[in-house]
Amino acid sequence: MARFGMVIDTKKCVGCQDCVIACKTENKVPEGHDRDWIVTESHGKFPDILMEIRTERCNHCSNTPCVSCCPTGASHIHDVGGVVLVNHDLCIGCKACVESCPYDARFIHPDGYADKCTFCIHRVEKGLKPACVEVCPTYCMHFGDLDDPNSEVSKLLQSRKYHVNLPEAGTQPNIFYLI
Amino acid sequence: MNSLSRRKFLKISGATIATAAVLAGSAKTFVKASKKISERKGLEIIPTYCDLCFWKCGALAYIEDGKLWKVEGNPADPLSNGRLCPRGTGGVGAHYDPDRLKSPLIRKSLRGEEKWIDVTWDEAFDYIAEKMIKIKNEYGPESVALFSHGIGGSFLKHLIRAYGSPNETAPSFAQCRGPREVGFELTFGDVVGSPERTDIENTRCLTLIGSHLGENMHNTQVQEFSRAVERGASIIVVDPRFSVAASKAKYYLPIKPGTDLALLLAWMSIIVNEKLYDAEYISKYGTGFDLFVAEVSKYTPEWAYVETGIEPDLIRETAREMARYKPASLVHPGRHATWYGDDAQRSRAIALLNALLGSWGRKGGFYQTHSFSIPKYPYPPYPELKKESVHNPNNKYPFATGEQISTGIREATITGKPYPIKGWFVYGTNLMQALPNQNETVEAIQNLDLMVVVDVIPSEIAGWADVVLPESVYLERYDDLNTSPFKEAFVGIRQPVIEEPNDQKPNWWMAKKIAEKIGLGNYFPWKDVEEYLDTRLQAADLSLQELKTKGIIKAPQQPIYFEDGAEPEFLTPSGKIEFYSSQLAEAGFDPVPRYTKHPDPPPGYFRLIYGRAPVHTFSKTQSNPLLKDMMDENELWVNTDIAEKYGLNHGVYIKLKNQDGVVSNKIKVRVTERIRTDCVYMVHGFGQKSRQLRSTFNKGASDSELITKYTIDPLMGGTAMNVNFVTFEMEA
Amino acid sequence: MHEIFTTRNNPYVDPIMAMWEWQIPVYLFLGGMVAGMMIIAGYFLFSGRHKESNCACFSIPFTSLILLSLGMFALFLDLAHKPYVWRLYTTFQLKSPMSWGAWILILVYPALIANILIRPSQWMINRVPKLSEIAGKIQQHHILIRNIGILNMLFGLMLGAYTGVLLSTLGSRPLWNTSLLWVLFLVSGLSAAAAYVHLVAKNKAESELLAKADNGFLVVELFVFVMMFLGLLSSAKPHIEAANLLLNGAYAPIFWVFVIGMGIVIPLIIQLLAVNHKVKHTPIAPIMVIVGGLILRFVIVSAGQYSHWFNAHFH
Ligand SMILES: Nc1nc2c(c(=O)[nH]1)N[C@H]1C(S)=C(S)[C@@H](COP(=O)(O)OP(=O)(O)OC[C@H]3O[C@@H](n4cnc5c(=O)[nH]c(N)nc54)[C@H](O)[C@@H]3O)O[C@H]1N2
Ligand SMILES: Nc1nc2c(c(=O)[nH]1)N[C@H]1C(S)=C(S)[C@@H](COP(=O)(O)OP(=O)(O)OC[C@H]3O[C@@H](n4cnc5c(=O)[nH]c(N)nc54)[C@H](O)[C@@H]3O)O[C@H]1N2
Ligand code: SF4
Ligand code: SF4
Ligand code: SF4
Ligand code: SF4
Ligand code: SF4
Ligand SMILES: [Mo]
Repeated sequence: MARFGMVIDTKKCVGCQDCVIACKTENKVPEGHDRDWIVTESHGKFPDILMEIRTERCNHCSNTPCVSCCPTGASHIHDVGGVVLVNHDLCIGCKACVESCPYDARFIHPDGYADKCTFCIHRVEKGLKPACVEVCPTYCMHFGDLDDPNSEVSKLLQSRKYHVNLPEAGTQPNIFYLI
Repeated sequence: MNSLSRRKFLKISGATIATAAVLAGSAKTFVKASKKISERKGLEIIPTYCDLCFWKCGALAYIEDGKLWKVEGNPADPLSNGRLCPRGTGGVGAHYDPDRLKSPLIRKSLRGEEKWIDVTWDEAFDYIAEKMIKIKNEYGPESVALFSHGIGGSFLKHLIRAYGSPNETAPSFAQCRGPREVGFELTFGDVVGSPERTDIENTRCLTLIGSHLGENMHNTQVQEFSRAVERGASIIVVDPRFSVAASKAKYYLPIKPGTDLALLLAWMSIIVNEKLYDAEYISKYGTGFDLFVAEVSKYTPEWAYVETGIEPDLIRETAREMARYKPASLVHPGRHATWYGDDAQRSRAIALLNALLGSWGRKGGFYQTHSFSIPKYPYPPYPELKKESVHNPNNKYPFATGEQISTGIREATITGKPYPIKGWFVYGTNLMQALPNQNETVEAIQNLDLMVVVDVIPSEIAGWADVVLPESVYLERYDDLNTSPFKEAFVGIRQPVIEEPNDQKPNWWMAKKIAEKIGLGNYFPWKDVEEYLDTRLQAADLSLQELKTKGIIKAPQQPIYFEDGAEPEFLTPSGKIEFYSSQLAEAGFDPVPRYTKHPDPPPGYFRLIYGRAPVHTFSKTQSNPLLKDMMDENELWVNTDIAEKYGLNHGVYIKLKNQDGVVSNKIKVRVTERIRTDCVYMVHGFGQKSRQLRSTFNKGASDSELITKYTIDPLMGGTAMNVNFVTFEMEA
Repeated sequence: MHEIFTTRNNPYVDPIMAMWEWQIPVYLFLGGMVAGMMIIAGYFLFSGRHKESNCACFSIPFTSLILLSLGMFALFLDLAHKPYVWRLYTTFQLKSPMSWGAWILILVYPALIANILIRPSQWMINRVPKLSEIAGKIQQHHILIRNIGILNMLFGLMLGAYTGVLLSTLGSRPLWNTSLLWVLFLVSGLSAAAAYVHLVAKNKAESELLAKADNGFLVVELFVFVMMFLGLLSSAKPHIEAANLLLNGAYAPIFWVFVIGMGIVIPLIIQLLAVNHKVKHTPIAPIMVIVGGLILRFVIVSAGQYSHWFNAHFH
């Protein structure tokens, strides 16, 4: 079974938001809503500053409070790659999943359903990369099968140090940040 | 679509199909191709090139059931490698911008009051033609000037030359890269150019002086920058603000603004004194080295420390670091170089430092460019010019070469000297934001008999026009071919991928129509722009059809480094790299750059510095719905200690007052450690005052508004703008 | 200094989560109060006291029916995709408290109706004379009444617990992430229900009994609060921060004044005095308890959404 994930090189990301805009056009994300976003985190006193820039989105966790809490089964784990998806035709817009995500990765689409990153499964199933990965001008995003030890993402995780967001939340995120 | 345009659209499409049917050899494809894009079904991918900035990346537009869906990079394009920058990706928003100009406008009340009458194109052209003929008769054709930024203006440039005026300018010289080009040309006999000929991809040590790559999103440079980071290139960043690039750097030098020349001189003195330079390269290609050494060797890091605030050891270490990797050691020349008034000399110092490292013409330094040569359209010769341009009377700025000084033309318009300027055409440049001191721009405009602005949105400068002509955005029109000089020669096409939503028209059509109205129709002998492009392409043995399907055609690779056989050629008077410039000496300037001290802000004031946000281009993208969604106002960066001292909280709105008492719009405070305590920073392009730009009106503050003071570069007339000081006005 | 900036700006998510507005706290409160009323009424039926009390039959379940429907309507108003609400009932999601809740409600209604049918009001009998016949039949079977009582207690317990579990399983909000939340909501529901009966019961003894019960519930509630805070304060940092939101942070004034002070301590004192015949019973104390219970839900829902594992918006 494939387990899709992303490996993002924070050393290269410049926080340009290209990935955000590409997601918006590709997925017709409505104005004022973001499926992905940029976090800039810095520590220190000028001029001795350490700064990390990351592009964030739903982590397509292996442990999914957002799926467990859903009363209709709209939030579910896709049979390809363990991608966490929302079935628009089942979603009643109860917002439980939005509340349940420690990353606040979800929002309510103006059409009434819970929405978030889909890992561009419509592209991935055609053999394309997710739109954000494909556009990134710094080539800092990598997408692939984490269960395949020979995939680019697995190899990067073997060779570099990384962290995930909020490991303490226990969700087992599948987006990894190279440091 | 409103009912009017729907009717018009039915008429037009009916007509085209009829014509097509007559012409049709292969009727089917032809009819299909001429069918309105918006009526087509399914997915179509049409290549073009981006116009969100001047980099001109090749793009692929996706049309889904006749609606513009998205744009992606064209993988065949060497500038984008198939990846656009955020602005380019957001380019579809230009088509959908709800604030777009929809029809030609003629002013109904005083200039600047933004009161308009909607007119037809014919009425607009009649108005313009009448004024142009009158100005020609009363003052001569030279009295009409064109401000035009970007490739879209090429047909208007042709018009204005055919009309008989030599006055044609853009803010790209005196407000942008003019000083850099002059500094490099004085040294190497050639300019850096655009796209910059910097081989960032292969460099082993990259020094960025203000160049805030990653915020400055010039696509190829950012892509190559990330590769340099990945390859572990040593990165040195000099900036008073902890930029994004600084966060990737091995060495960050938090320089006191305005003192870069001191740092450059100290670096050069270390490299010279410790003999770390590329001696072979210098003896082969350089001249005047001894005189140069005698001058620069006296600048110690200890001296530079006093000026710049940078520790002497850090200066030494970084000088050695950049020398370690020579010649693959690139000191980036910057782009927006009009900072303090000694900018051409600062740029020359950067050129000289690169010369010491032997990086010009070398892998990992500055490569040699190639461009596709495509013959010009065989136009009839232009009328002979009777007068010189007004931009630089008496050659006051002796090294203002290549382009004209925009602010020089503005000045002539104010003074009427050396001769009056009575008409302005403004294409694709928002002079209110681009030129320093807005009052002078307004004063000049008030002297005009004709002020025409061609724009896509009701920009601030459009608000001052007599006639506003609404242009199709780049996705809706043809423009001239892109043959930018680059690592490999290529030609790119811009073609319509979708129709205009209203009555907007492309610039080539406007230029041709105006020409016809004023009796210059013979200068536009082609039927339409496709015929123009086809003629040019055929002369180069290329086919328009092929270019339209591919978007990009490349020429065979040629060597770009000296070591690979690229021919070293230095078009300086000596034919060598001029470490000592006799040209400068003769003109009474420092033949080797010297340090000039710039005034410090008075107590309670901070230097206003500005720069780019990755998701916006100057002042032209703020109303683009996609890009506005990413960032809809700018913020004022204030150092934490200063904020504490003045009681400024993160997120509050304040106003700024500059040394001349000008007060800005309100702007949100961003309290941060990422900036020095003697300056404040904002992103350029916000705080726009055009009331018709509803979505962006008064959002954030305008650096341009606060830049009432500017220092002119005596070599080339550039207007330095980092010379303004501001203080906080709390009650916002 | 530690600076964090995010470009995300989703409505009701940024800068702080505010997806659930007034509807959910109202729903949780009404659900909790109805649960309390069912348990009380169920206990009356089970223990046979319903014969003496005028509330336990008809009045409490009938009011419950109305309050629960109002609560459900509030929940419905909150749904962003209202026409799809029926999707709740084409599936059962084992791990989803909300799904459990939806199905529990399906059980609660018949239980309440059964309770009503034991002694329908004259008004109803006038409309549907057959009701009197049904009631008569039920009343002949004491076991049946006992079982209706048991079911009401059981479903009430489930309903009350569910209102807390609904939140506490949403692990992303540290304040909710305490296993005592369901106990808190249950006890608070019981106390509001007791206060209600205390308020409306015409039967002196019944009113007095419920006042005493309420005092008990309030004391237990205070105790649950203490335990809950001890738990949060001895957990990870986000939980400590969440507890502090109520104890001394942004929500402290409303929490101490309205939830603890006016919602528990003051009514408790008044009612203690009243049951000891130091003062007369007035509606003041029970009303305070009910309002306090409502405010408690608002505070918990709002502060819970504010509480976060990692707040990217702090500066
Ligand atoms: N996204 C985006 N990218 C763009 C553009 C755009 O509009 N949007 N415009 C393009 C164009 S035309 C240009 S010219 C370039 C301009 O971009 P660049 O040439 O890269 O940068 P500058 O505008 O020169 O300078 C801005 C930077 O200089 C720093 N700075 C200010 N004062 C000083 C100083 O005294 N010394 C030093 N060392 N640093 C200083 C500022 O903190 C800031 O980081 O950007 C290009 N790229
Ligand atoms: N204060 C301050 N001044 C600056 C700078 C700064 O950073 N701060 N930067 C300087 C630099 S580096 C530069 S290069 C210049 C840039 O100066 P400009 O080139 O003038 O840049 P913009 O302000 O973006 O103005 C572009 C105008 O073109 C219009 N436009 C956009 N697309 C089209 C189109 O397709 N057709 C037509 N006809 N019009 C179009 C836009 O609506 C806008 O009004 O500014 C310089 N001036
Ligand atoms: S596009 Fe790439 S570089 Fe830009 S913000 Fe996204 S991940 Fe970072
Ligand atoms: S990030 Fe949030 S929404 Fe995405 S799978 Fe994890 S918990 Fe669910
Ligand atoms: S909002 Fe939709 S997807 Fe989310 S929990 Fe409710 S029904 Fe499921
Ligand atoms: S993977 Fe697709 S849906 Fe997810 S953030 Fe990237 S572009 Fe958006
Ligand atoms: S750099 Fe960006 S905005 Fe400029 S042409 Fe390329 S994609 Fe377009
Ligand atoms: Mo520029």
